[in-house]
Amino acid sequence: MSAPTRKPPERLSDFTTVSGYPIRRLYTEADLSHWDPARDLSLPGEPPYTRGIHSTMYRGRLWTMRQFAGFGAAEDTNHRFRYLLAHGQTGLSTAFDLPTLMGYDSDHALAEGEVGKCGVAISSLADMEVLFDQIPLADVTTSMTINSPAAVIWAMYLAVAEKQGADWKTMSGTLQNDILKEYIAQKEYIYPPEPSMRLVIDTFEFGMKHTPKFNVISISGYHIREAGSTAIQELAFTLRDGMEYVEWGIRRGLPVDEFVPQLSFFFNAQNDFFEEIAKYRAARRIWYKAMSERYKSTNPRCLALRFHTQTAGCSLTAQQPMNNVVRTAIQALAGVLGGTQSLHTNSLDEAWALPTEFAATLALRTQQIIAHETGVTNTVDPLGGSYFVETLTNEVEQGAWDYIRRIDSMGGMVAAIEKSYPQREIAEASYRYQMSVDKKEKIIVGVNDYVTQGKPLEILHIDETVAHRQAARLAKLRNDRSSAEVDRRLDALRKAAQGSANLMPFIYDAVKSYATLGEICDSLRAVFGPYEEVAIT
Amino acid sequence: MTDKRIRVLIAKPGLDGHDRGAKIIARALRDAGMEVIYTGLRQTPEMIASAAVQEDVDVVGLSILSGAHNTLCPQLMKLLHEKGMHDVTVLVGGIIPEADIPALKQSGIAAVFLPGTSTQDIIAFIQARPVRT
Repeated sequence: MSAPTRKPPERLSDFTTVSGYPIRRLYTEADLSHWDPARDLSLPGEPPYTRGIHSTMYRGRLWTMRQFAGFGAAEDTNHRFRYLLAHGQTGLSTAFDLPTLMGYDSDHALAEGEVGKCGVAISSLADMEVLFDQIPLADVTTSMTINSPAAVIWAMYLAVAEKQGADWKTMSGTLQNDILKEYIAQKEYIYPPEPSMRLVIDTFEFGMKHTPKFNVISISGYHIREAGSTAIQELAFTLRDGMEYVEWGIRRGLPVDEFVPQLSFFFNAQNDFFEEIAKYRAARRIWYKAMSERYKSTNPRCLALRFHTQTAGCSLTAQQPMNNVVRTAIQALAGVLGGTQSLHTNSLDEAWALPTEFAATLALRTQQIIAHETGVTNTVDPLGGSYFVETLTNEVEQGAWDYIRRIDSMGGMVAAIEKSYPQREIAEASYRYQMSVDKKEKIIVGVNDYVTQGKPLEILHIDETVAHRQAARLAKLRNDRSSAEVDRRLDALRKAAQGSANLMPFIYDAVKSYATLGEICDSLRAVFGPYEEVAIT
Repeated sequence: MTDKRIRVLIAKPGLDGHDRGAKIIARALRDAGMEVIYTGLRQTPEMIASAAVQEDVDVVGLSILSGAHNTLCPQLMKLLHEKGMHDVTVLVGGIIPEADIPALKQSGIAAVFLPGTSTQDIIAFIQARPVRT
């Protein structure tokens, strides 16, 4: 490294990324002395995929503009979905409310005050039918952000598709289904890790046989980053989670080259522009090395890491919220320059509430402007070969491998989670960052500098009648369906859960009888038990 | 007694698992010399009120990002009063629309801290609050 010996005065003693990673004044050829462009960079669409997974990238096809939406009851979100599709959105992404995410029906005591607030309330197949009314699931790809009850929600989705006459073999979409990051970061788990992992692998196996185009998991760094991790931690924990899923699949006896192509990833786009771009490029290289060296795959569909990006919710400020439009645009640009396959841009009002239709439209327009007006889509990986970007890509990759090897030595990610290792690392990083903001070592415009008083925003209010509408709908459902049939199918599910059979067919059967989400999850709770984390502060 | 350490219960009510803020506040208050008890996730108002009584805390800090604050906060305040904890300082932090703040204060919440609040401001608020008798 050729650090200048005489240092002219600079604004700060240390320049660091938003993750606290040190950045030097200048990067030169000397930083890349061990870097071999043929080996480390290669060409787009070719191993190790540093430059992207397709030879033409956005010249061939733009990324999917997939805005996460969901609030109120199924009919409210159905309306928002149809609005977004009418305005040029190219895929759907469903946010579920907290009771749904936790496997409770809308009329459960613990659901009080939460129904329809953070997403849409879905308690049964009847709700799912309303959610996708007049939306052709054969043509529109849908992402569903659901984890612990993912198998149940997916079964409902597949049942609606079947009813519409869509062919499971050709339809596509994405199930988040990433339970490991729930224990690590987002904390929406129901059962302990072992049975939860079994359910995930059940969906892999079912998907391999019945829905070969569906992404059965979206292995997520997004929530890890939102919980306060650094970029390197986000990368390392997410990819090590990916390896954990591959290993559990192999242990089930699934052939790597058949199930791994249905695994996809999901990363955050934070404020630090180059650190994020380096992260995405490093992610592809790490996954390529893991799949080819650790799991001996030669299938390009296993080797090439595909990912969705969402701009960083935690970077949005409640103060001067219009500034969030600017932050989001820059973050989205990093995702695009990093070669994302799909993108969600946050709305300016999300530090206050779920987005209004106005704010959600502006967020979508931000993507359309990047796609059609900036020219960044005209060539593939325009930053490739930059001394800085290539060096940072190398360093971020190395930092991630250090973490990955440490987790290997603990016995894998499930073991590391049980030791609270990733949880503790994230909590440390999150505290360090907050302290640097409190001390003004990191400036957040409008928050700890350039502060002004603003007017309150017009925000979305969730109709308080949602919970009542949902409760009435559930009461009618329980009255109209055959309770004997529901009991029979739930009983069959419980018995299967006690054994080792794949639970997807049993869950699908239960869903079709209009057993509710809560009833199905309770049947599994009775067998698997709940999970309680050891809280660290 | 001014040298008595301030006792704080940090609680996550409702189903929300986003605990980044709760953990940062717990640690910052502890670093500022307070005794901090963290309830962990998914506490009902009943569980929080019982913990507040049992731990005899001066301050209860609630972290809510799920939009359920209008339901959960008044329930907790009612339970605290029923248990005789009239002078406990209850604070809320999280994603709270400005329009909801007056009603929360009406129900007895002492202060609402929005995203972007520095830990120093929260520490200063707690240190300046009236001492429990």
